[in-house]
Amino acid sequence: MKGLKYILVLSAFLVSVHMSFAGAASVNTDRDTVSVDSVAGESETGKINVPKLIFNHIGNSYEWHITKIGKKDIAMNLPVIARSSTGWHVFSSKRFEKGPYEGLYISSGGKYEGKIVEKNAAGEEVRPFDISITKNVLSLFMSSVLLVVLILICARWYKRHDVTKEAPTGLAALMEPVIMMIHSDVVKGSIGEDYERYSPYLCTAFFWILINNLLGIIPFFPGGANLTGNITITFFLAVCSFIAINLFGNKNYFKSIFWPEVPLWLKVPIPLMPVIEIFSAFTKPFALMVRLFANMMAGHILLLSLICVIFIFAKYGAAMVGAMSFVTVLFGIFMDLLELLVAVIQAYVFTILSAIFIGLSRQK
Amino acid sequence: MFLITPDGGLLFWMVIIFALVFFILAKYGFPVITSMVEKREAHINDSLRLAKEAEEKMRNMAGEHSRMIQEAREEQAKILKAASDAKDNLIASAKEQARDEASRIIADARTQIAAEKESAIRDIRRQVAMISVSVAEKVIRKDFSEEKSRDEFLDRMVNEVSNIDFNKN
Repeated sequence: MKGLKYILVLSAFLVSVHMSFAGAASVNTDRDTVSVDSVAGESETGKINVPKLIFNHIGNSYEWHITKIGKKDIAMNLPVIARSSTGWHVFSSKRFEKGPYEGLYISSGGKYEGKIVEKNAAGEEVRPFDISITKNVLSLFMSSVLLVVLILICARWYKRHDVTKEAPTGLAALMEPVIMMIHSDVVKGSIGEDYERYSPYLCTAFFWILINNLLGIIPFFPGGANLTGNITITFFLAVCSFIAINLFGNKNYFKSIFWPEVPLWLKVPIPLMPVIEIFSAFTKPFALMVRLFANMMAGHILLLSLICVIFIFAKYGAAMVGAMSFVTVLFGIFMDLLELLVAVIQAYVFTILSAIFIGLSRQK
Repeated sequence: MFLITPDGGLLFWMVIIFALVFFILAKYGFPVITSMVEKREAHINDSLRLAKEAEEKMRNMAGEHSRMIQEAREEQAKILKAASDAKDNLIASAKEQARDEASRIIADARTQIAAEKESAIRDIRRQVAMISVSVAEKVIRKDFSEEKSRDEFLDRMVNEVSNIDFNKN
């Protein structure tokens, strides 16, 4: 529990630091916009808009901007798949360069900024049913394939070798300690009896979060998508954990929720405690969702803010930029290392908390 | 606000992909690895236990070994002692036998000597008797007329003769 407290304090610290950084950065840019045009997120006037730049990086988009060479953007146009009022539309997002295509366009402001929208009869922007392969979806595909391949290569080693005669080599030797740490320390330690049933889900969750966290830190193409810092992803993972916690909960667990052992007047006529308990059953996965989301997003924002500091100070001359670059790079290295740590810790925390909650739902 | 609004499209793909990943890994990935590692763990534990038992056995055997050596030594000492006893006995009995034999021989010799002596005495007596007879003959030839003096003479002669101590020579 002490470790947990430490992690919570750390994440709170990270969030607060990034907030102050982002705040400071946006204040700076509001006052003095800087003319740097080699960064995505530049505005029409060629001035850097730090919040927009950052939110572009951590958000989702219909193209994957890789880099910019000279004036030319190198970006991957991703397929748009949407069902609007006029039926299914499948086309490349490159079509949007020339304005609306088949009645669809990317909203430039308002409620659905950056999302594909269409105009309804009243002239309001409405969202079609949009399952486009966005940057995050593509990253999801790639990281999932990578994870499956890695684990299956590892599993193949065990199928092809006699474990009683050989020690694992290569990838299997790398993965085995981590898999066994989750399997026997986290899952077995937290759930106890009958832990085998939960082990595949918790192992999958751990490695899936870990690989996406790590890919998120890589600043260029196959990585860089902010997947685990996306509320949709963490929401789904939290739902999975919610199901795992409640699906096989035993009699005691449900009794403790609907008829907890408290004085009767706390339950009848106003079911005060049951309401609190039911609420807490939902807050547990909610905390899982927010913790992972906030930590990963904060890490991305913090790193991007540090990089932007260089461009914000560009107008103060070479000496200032040089000094700030030096400081920023130092901080950047520190933050990258910290993010590596956070990537592992957050995957671990998500898994161990899920395991503990599952263990609580099965207490005798 | 967009940061904390779940997006339907991404959720749609996430459900599909994560379900697929979970299905594949839960069926062909993690259980294979963990069961194998657990199997190996059991194997290692077994091996350790067996090694410990073997070590125990070895230690027992070493004890057995030294005990056997000890026993053999004792046996050896016993046998040597028995041999030396037997030797002593043999010598003692041989000595005894020799002594017996010697004494027997001496006794035999004594009896023989006694017999010889007896026969020698008898011989001498006979001779003496013969001599006496011849002496007597002579005497008789000379004076055998008087009977009384003749008898007297004979008794005297015989007594004298029989009183001769042969052992004296």
